[in-house]
Parts: sequence; structure tokens; C-alpha cells
Amino acid sequence: MIAQVFILSSKGDRLVYKDFRGDIGSDAVGLFYDKVTALTGDQPPVVMTHRNVHFVHVWQGGLYLVATTIAADSSPFAIIDFLNRLAALIKDYCGALSEKTVQMNFALIYELLDEMLDYGYVQSTSCDVLKNFIQTEALSSRPFSLLDLANVGLFGADTQQSKVAPSSAATRPLQGGKSEIFVDVIERMSVVMSTSGVLMKAEVEGEVKVKCFLPSCSEIRIGLNEDLSVGGSHLAGYGAAVRVDECSFHPAVRLDDFEAHRILRISPGQGEQSVMQYRLADRLPLAPPFRLFPAIEKDAAGRLLMFFKLRCDLPPKSSAVNVSASIRVPNGCISLSQELSSPDQSAELQPQNRAVVWKVPRFPGGTQLSAVFKLDIPALSSASMMEVGPVCLTFELPKVTASGLHVRFLRLVPTQHRGPTQRWVRYVTHSDSYAIRI
Amino acid sequence: MPYLGSEDTVRDLRRALANPHVQSDQLRYRNVILKVIRLMSQGLDVSSLFSEMVKACATVDIVQKKLVYVFLCSYASLNPELSLLVINTLRKDCQDSNPMVRSLALRNMTNLRLPGLMEYVEQPLTAGLKDRAACVRRVAVLGWAKLHNLHPNSEIDAVVVNELYSLLRDTDPVVMVNCLRALEEILKEEGGVAINKPIAHHLLNRLKDCDVWGQSEVLKILQRYQPQSEDELFDILSMLDSSLVSPHPTVMASTLSLFLSLCWALPAVSLAALERVRVPLLAACGSASREIRFTVLCHIQLLLRSVPGLMGAHYKRFFCGYAEPAYIKQRKMQVLVELVNDDNVALLLDELKDYCTDVNTDTAQAAISAVGRIGRSYSDRCLGILIGLLGLKQENITSAVVQTMRDLVWVCPQCSETVCSALEGCEEILQDSQGKQALLWLLGTYGDRVSSAPYTLEVFIDKVRCETSSPVKMELLTATLRLFLCRPAETQDMLGRLLHYAIDEETDMCVRDQALLYYRLLQSGIDETRKVLQGRRSDPSLGVLIGLPAEPVKHWARVFNTLKPLWQSFSETESVRGRSCLLSFLLLIIVKFSVHVCVFQAAMQLVNIQILAFTPSHTLPWRVYLYTHTQAPPCTTLILGELLYTGKPTEEGVTLKQQPRDDKALRGFLSVLITVLHTLSSQRE
Repeated sequence: MIAQVFILSSKGDRLVYKDFRGDIGSDAVGLFYDKVTALTGDQPPVVMTHRNVHFVHVWQGGLYLVATTIAADSSPFAIIDFLNRLAALIKDYCGALSEKTVQMNFALIYELLDEMLDYGYVQSTSCDVLKNFIQTEALSSRPFSLLDLANVGLFGADTQQSKVAPSSAATRPLQGGKSEIFVDVIERMSVVMSTSGVLMKAEVEGEVKVKCFLPSCSEIRIGLNEDLSVGGSHLAGYGAAVRVDECSFHPAVRLDDFEAHRILRISPGQGEQSVMQYRLADRLPLAPPFRLFPAIEKDAAGRLLMFFKLRCDLPPKSSAVNVSASIRVPNGCISLSQELSSPDQSAELQPQNRAVVWKVPRFPGGTQLSAVFKLDIPALSSASMMEVGPVCLTFELPKVTASGLHVRFLRLVPTQHRGPTQRWVRYVTHSDSYAIRI
Repeated sequence: MPYLGSEDTVRDLRRALANPHVQSDQLRYRNVILKVIRLMSQGLDVSSLFSEMVKACATVDIVQKKLVYVFLCSYASLNPELSLLVINTLRKDCQDSNPMVRSLALRNMTNLRLPGLMEYVEQPLTAGLKDRAACVRRVAVLGWAKLHNLHPNSEIDAVVVNELYSLLRDTDPVVMVNCLRALEEILKEEGGVAINKPIAHHLLNRLKDCDVWGQSEVLKILQRYQPQSEDELFDILSMLDSSLVSPHPTVMASTLSLFLSLCWALPAVSLAALERVRVPLLAACGSASREIRFTVLCHIQLLLRSVPGLMGAHYKRFFCGYAEPAYIKQRKMQVLVELVNDDNVALLLDELKDYCTDVNTDTAQAAISAVGRIGRSYSDRCLGILIGLLGLKQENITSAVVQTMRDLVWVCPQCSETVCSALEGCEEILQDSQGKQALLWLLGTYGDRVSSAPYTLEVFIDKVRCETSSPVKMELLTATLRLFLCRPAETQDMLGRLLHYAIDEETDMCVRDQALLYYRLLQSGIDETRKVLQGRRSDPSLGVLIGLPAEPVKHWARVFNTLKPLWQSFSETESVRGRSCLLSFLLLIIVKFSVHVCVFQAAMQLVNIQILAFTPSHTLPWRVYLYTHTQAPPCTTLILGELLYTGKPTEEGVTLKQQPRDDKALRGFLSVLITVLHTLSSQRE
């Protein structure tokens, strides 16, 4: 059971505080923040204890969502899961989870908490149930922007020019708005690669998410690749069959047509839910998206020279965005001089992280970039070379899935619902951890 | 947060709330109330607005009602008299035609937490249990639990309890789960809700209707049920099988917990269940929420205690991500150490080596000590890595490496040769006291093999005046004396200087006492000194990493799925470190006293109890201080004890202190102690 729930900003401001059982004083908020600030490390541990009070927190969107309890035998999974769910619901209702949205919508959050928990026991967290009880309307904070007006034609008519899913759509409140449905295939890659390009570890965690803004929806059908095979036992043949090692589904998904036709049937509620989660390890269908060719040497003046060639092995039509390579450098770097192959790239030395961060805003598939970094290190020794590397890449691959999973079709079973429905299917692959050894 | 001018703000708000124009305009009224709540949640004291807010409660606007209730529930206990005014509105709302209003009123009526309101609340609660809307029944059921906790000493109303038991058959799953929760609280004294066979099977059948939270609650309460036959047990287990591999970690963990408690007598079945949860556990390890990932890691550590090979093939899942927080990285490394085997050791060490130079010093230190732990089984490879790290000449890395080497040598004496050859030059880099202590211990203990040892110690002795840490000075004393025993010619002069300084100039009593003790020890003869100071150099029995017998599941089944595994646990390396440091020091104190108690001491050491100090044997009352610790990581517990002997066997007393608490270990310790004392006293006679 949960005794209190509170939300703190990263500066320690109390945004929301609700006491459910009255057995812990309201000074718990201060205690928690004291504990957080007393720590030297970068992240406070998930569970902290003061006397008999246990603080469990999750850190999301720059906020601490904290639950306190006095029962040491409460399930940590349940409490953390609940806090994550709370964060997700705030995102659903208010559009985003940030200090600003929480401050604007605190009445709504109190209402949510009131319905979700009674006497510290979770009553319901399903968006469909809660929407019957929630009365307050969400206030969304969208700054005025000229770009928003670009889609509006003469006399405010919708020009229908852009057929790309509006990025703002994903961050707007549930209530009101157009009837739209989003199916997102989101994958996270974690890769460890040796200097020679051998994959030491390759793993993809994927998720099919449905975000539904329809007021009512009877059933949707999501068709996945027909050649998708689950588990390692299938012989894939010669074609580039799409394979996942393990997958699990939302309990509400009907899998009648999954075996034969790879179709998922679900009646989604409002809000966001994860329909399918899957995992793939070691044998990726495509080559890893990036390869690095490093050369490191000491020049006559005692500087460290690093030559990098970074190749993007995506198909030529797609490209990676927001690529950032963080190269760990030896202790005691004073200055950096760089030669980059194009002006839109940038590189800087971050002494506190002991890293050179090389940023590439856009990196088309099949191309290659090169960079030369010269580092001044007064105490350069031969052992310092050991400290160079690994290179960690973070990137986003829009419209690409590393596993090859695709949505063949997305069908809505027609309802009496009036008006057209926009359907969007989006793919993105993120880097969870992409490390290349040097 | 105290605001400047907060009184003005409150006064303005009061004026606005009382303004009839505001009251007639619903939207304005609501906005003022919103402002009040906002200030309240920021921590400002707005309790003085209570009476105005009570008036705002009587409205048809549900949003406003909800806001006012948030306020009232926070401040009701400060204004019990005024709260009586709300009750009428609330009771009226309880009869509203809208179920939402009814449930809202009932919930907040019970949330006021005013013991004096009991008489007004009972009637609506009784009616609420029979309400046709499920949302009202949910609230009413928990309302009884709240009421009971407000009057913990009052008699339990048997009618209510019966009613709650019958509501377990309610059509709404949340009502059912709430009944369980309410009964659990009301019947706390009697051990919680009684689970008999029909109830247990009813709950199991309804499990599928509940949501995740309900399921985990039901599963937890079912742990109390004991199936009557083996057939029934296996029926239950097969019903639960699908929950065991649930994609929700919450359900999976509570199901496993239930499995383990049901099968406590059937270890083979428990082990099969552990095998079965491997896949969902690994899936949860890759969860997008890092807090869940951390929780799973902590629980995997528990599982590995019983099934060390469970995750062996999946060791790559525990490689640290680049952007993960330090607390996850450290747990992952602890798991990686457990997973090491002949096939993966090369890859695994390669990965760990990468973490050793991490920017975060805690992570780097954890990685280095992880390499040291693996070194107990694969010493050559690991020593290669550690010595390579010394080449970096970085303060924190060198310190961690030297400490790791000391721990390694203590359990693997065969490494000492390599370690000794690597120590040269470290003293220039080490800055922190932990690292210096480790180096000094190594130099003292293996001084005969490190050719430069006297010179290194001399550097320390020359700078002893600037040294601030007394543990370092004490370690320096011990190390110098030990070195003197094996290389007297080179050390005699500096030992003299050090003793002179420590006895004449040192202000720290511990250091001075230790120096005095050494001085007297030297006076009593070199053989005597040697006997005391040349204790054990290593304890290989601690070093077995692979092939440890697996712990039975029941040792940790109780803490599974609780907050305990998530607390910072002391790793085994620390206990070893504590021990090796203490040992040289402890032995010294003992020597102060006569040889007569040698028998006693030897007997105690046979059973692994160390003696800290005792009074001379001819004085009465006679006291002994002793300590021991259990070595079952991660729940290592330290016991300190005082033995009192007054000459009459009946008045022997034992006082014990323990950290952390572990009753089983304490009982074991006592029985061992009593056996030894009996044996000794029979000898004495």
C-alpha cells in the first residue's frame, strides 16, 4: 500500500502532494529532497529509507514521482509500475510530462490520483475507466509558433498539404481534438562492437504502441510482415525473413489470426498502450547502422591525433538524424582542435565527462564522414592510449526498424463514428547503447 | 515553501471567496479555489480559509466539489468542529442520484480522518455496501477499513465482517479485491483475512478478471493458503502457470512469490518455477523504465543464489548501457561476476575492463573490484588487467586497484608474487586513506618480497606529520614493525623514529596506544613480537567463487518481491576487507594480557569467534569482548559480544549486539558459544 504520492521538480519544488493514509507526516517531502541532495552520485537509488519510511521514486521528464510506504514487504514492482503508469497517464491527459504541464494541470492530477488510489490501494489505472470520472479539462501549453500556421491555408482552410504525421500530435492532450490513431513501431538497439567491426553484442528491444485519440473504437487490425517468425526454431530459408526471439502481447490482443496471417486484433482504449513487445538478440537481419574506422597516434609535438571515419550502412534512401558520437579521451585534455568534413557538424570537448562529442545532425545512408581531432594533453603517456574509447553513439533512425518488422496494413473496423479517421504508422529506431571499442 | 507576504495572499483569497459576485460566477469561484489548492500543494499553510471553503462545498459543480474535498481532507484534522458543517452536505450527496457524486461523497467522508465523525459515517457506509453502483461499493468497502483504523481499539463489528466476506463474491473484481484489503486491515490482530478452500478457489477463478494490481494483491494474500493435498497443490500451480510468464513484472513477481511459498516442501518444483521465469525476467531487464530494470536486477541476484547457472548463457544481457545510471551499472557488474565461467570469461573481462576507466569514479571502482572478484578464479587474466590499470597513474584507479589487490591476495596467496612486483611507484599516486592503508598492509605483510619496501615506508614515515588519517598511521605502525621482523637491518632506524614520533608527539590516543603497545612488545623480546605480529597472511577458504553450494530457495523466498533486495547491500568484498584490516590490529590488543587464557582463545578461534579483549585472568569480575560474523553474502551480519564471569557459573552473562539483525545467526552463535563454555568449564574442574 502507498501512504503518500508526491511530485517534485528537479529543484525540489512541491508540485503535487497527496496523503492517502495519514500515517506519515508531510515532512516526508523535505526528507526525500534532503536525501536526494545529500548524495554525491549522479542518480539517487530507487529505494531510500528513513527510519521506517521507504521512499520509492521514478525519475521522468525532469520530475521525481515519489511514493512513500511504511510496509517494507510491499512489492517494489507494483509501486514502480504504478508510478510509471501515473507518469503515462499524465502524459496521456496533459500531452506531456514536464514541470510546466504538471503545474498547469495540478487539479487534473489530483483528480486522477483520487480515482487511481483509495486508502493507498490502486483502484484502477485504465484510461477507459478513468475517463468516466475525470471532469477537469486539460490545459495544454503550446507556444505560439509561426510554423503551426504553415499548414493553415487561406481563410483558415486546412490545406491538406502535409501528409507527414504532425510531431505535435503525439504530445497533445487526449480530450478533444481530431480522431486519429497512431501505430508506432519503436525499437531500441544496444550494440557492442569491436574495433574490427565484429559484433560482440547486438540486441533489439521493440515495441508496437497504439496511441488512440478516437472517442470510441471497436476493433483495429494490425497486419505485420507475413514472413515474421517467432523464436529461433524456424528455419528462415534464404530470404531475409523477419525474425524475433521472443514476443509478448497486451492481454487484450486477440491472436486468432496471428499464427496464420500475423494479424493482431485489438480494441484499443483511449490513450497509449503497448500492444506487443519483442526482442531480438545477436543475429540482426541487417548490418549494424554504423561502423567506425579509427586511427590514433601521437604526433611529434606530443599531441594526441585521432582520425575517425564513420560510415552509415543504412540503405541509401533512409538516413540517421541527431547522431552524436561521444569519444572518451584521456584525463587532462586541455584543448581540442578539429577538422570536420562538413560545416553542419560540430565537435566539442567536455572535460567533466572526459569526452569529445561529435554531432552530426543528419547522416544519409551509404555515406561516410571523416573527422580529425587533435588533443593537447600535457601528461600524455603511452598508457593514456588505453583510456581512449569506447565511442558511444546516440542516434535516431526515423522510418527504419532494425528488426525489419513492418506494419503491412492498419484497418479499422467501421463504426458509426462520424467523420474521417486519420491513421498513422510510424517507425523509429533509437540507440539504447551503441558502443564501439577502440 | 514559505512565501514573503503569504499572509496577504491568504487575506486576498479570503476576500475573494467571500465575495458574493465571485460566488455567483461559477468559473471565477472555481479559479479562486484552484489558487487555494495550488498554494496548498506548494506547502503554504492556507488552513485559515477552512470556513470559506466549507461553504464552497455546497455546489452542483463536480469539479469544484472535488477541489474543495482535496482541501478539506488535508485540513480537517486541524478544524474538527468546523468539519461537522461539511458532514451534512456529504450525507446529502450520499443520496444523490449520480453514482459518481455518491462515491465521491462517501470517499471523502471517510478521508476526513476525524474520529468524532464515526456516528455520522456508519449509516452511509452500511448503505454504500448495498449500493447498486460498483464504484460506490468499492469506496464503501475500503471506508470500513479506514473507519476501523481510526478506532483501532474498538470492537470489531461481526456484521460488517460477515458482509465483507460475502462481498468477496461481488460481480465487480475491484470490489472483491477491496474486500480482501479491508478485511486484511480490520482483522490484522487475528492474522488477517481467513482463506479457506472455497475462498481460495473462488479467488483463483476470478484472478483473470482482475487488473494487474488486483492480481498481485490476490496472489499475495493467497500465500497464506495451504493446499490440503498434493493434487490440489498441483491444480493450483497449473492454474497459475500463465501468470508466471506474464509480461507484467508485477504479476510475474507475485506469482513466483506464491509458487515459492506453496512449494516450500518441494524444492524441485521451486527450481522448475525459477527456470520458467527466466524468460520474463530477462524481458523485464530490457524494460524501458530503468527503475523496473533495477528492481529486476536486484531480484535476479536473489535467484542466482540458488541457481547460479540460471542466466549463464545470457550474460550479455547484463552488459552496461552507455547512458545507464551508476546504480544500475553496479548491480549489473555484481551479476556479471556471478555469471562468469570458462566460456565467457574472456569476453566478460574485456567488457569489464572498459568500465574500469569510466568517468564516474563509483562505477570505475565497482568495475575494478568486480575484476578482482573474478580474479579469485581466473587470477592470471585479471591480474594482467589490474596491472595494466596501474599504468594509467590515476589516483582513484590506482587506489581501487591496490585495494582490490589486497583483497585478492588475502584469498589467493598464489597471486602475491605478481602483486608484489606491481606495487612499485604506487605510493606517489595514492592520495586517499583507503588506498594508502591497502598499500601499507601489502608492504607490511609481504615486505620480504618487495625489494623497495623499506624505502617506500620511509617516505611515509617522513611525511607522517602531515598525515591526517589515524587509520593510516596505525597501519603504518603495524607495517613498519612487520617489516622490521623480516628485514631488521634496513628498518630499525625508521621504526625507532616512527615510534618516537607516535609516542611523544601524536595526539590521537589510538595511534599512541598502539605505538606504546608495540614498544612494550619489543621490550618483551623478538620472539614474542614475532608470535603476535606474524599472523595469517591469507585465508583461502573465503576465496571460493565457483562451486559454492547453491543456497536453498527458502533462505530468500521471504524477501522476494519486497523492498529489501533493493536496499544497498554490502558486498562480500567489503566484509573481507574489514576483516583483514581488523585482524592485525585485534591480535595486538590481546597480547597485552597474560598467556593463561590461551586455551580459551584457541577454543574460540576453532569455532571462528575472534576475541577483542579481556581482563587479566585473576581479576574478578572477568570480562571478554568478542566478535564474529557470518559469511553468507549479501546478508553478512556482525556480532559483538561481552562475556561476564563472576566466579560462579550461574552468574555468567552474555550481552550481544548485532548489525544487521539476523535472528537465526544469533541463535547459532549462542549455541556455539554455550558449547565452548561448557567444554572449558568442565576442563577447569
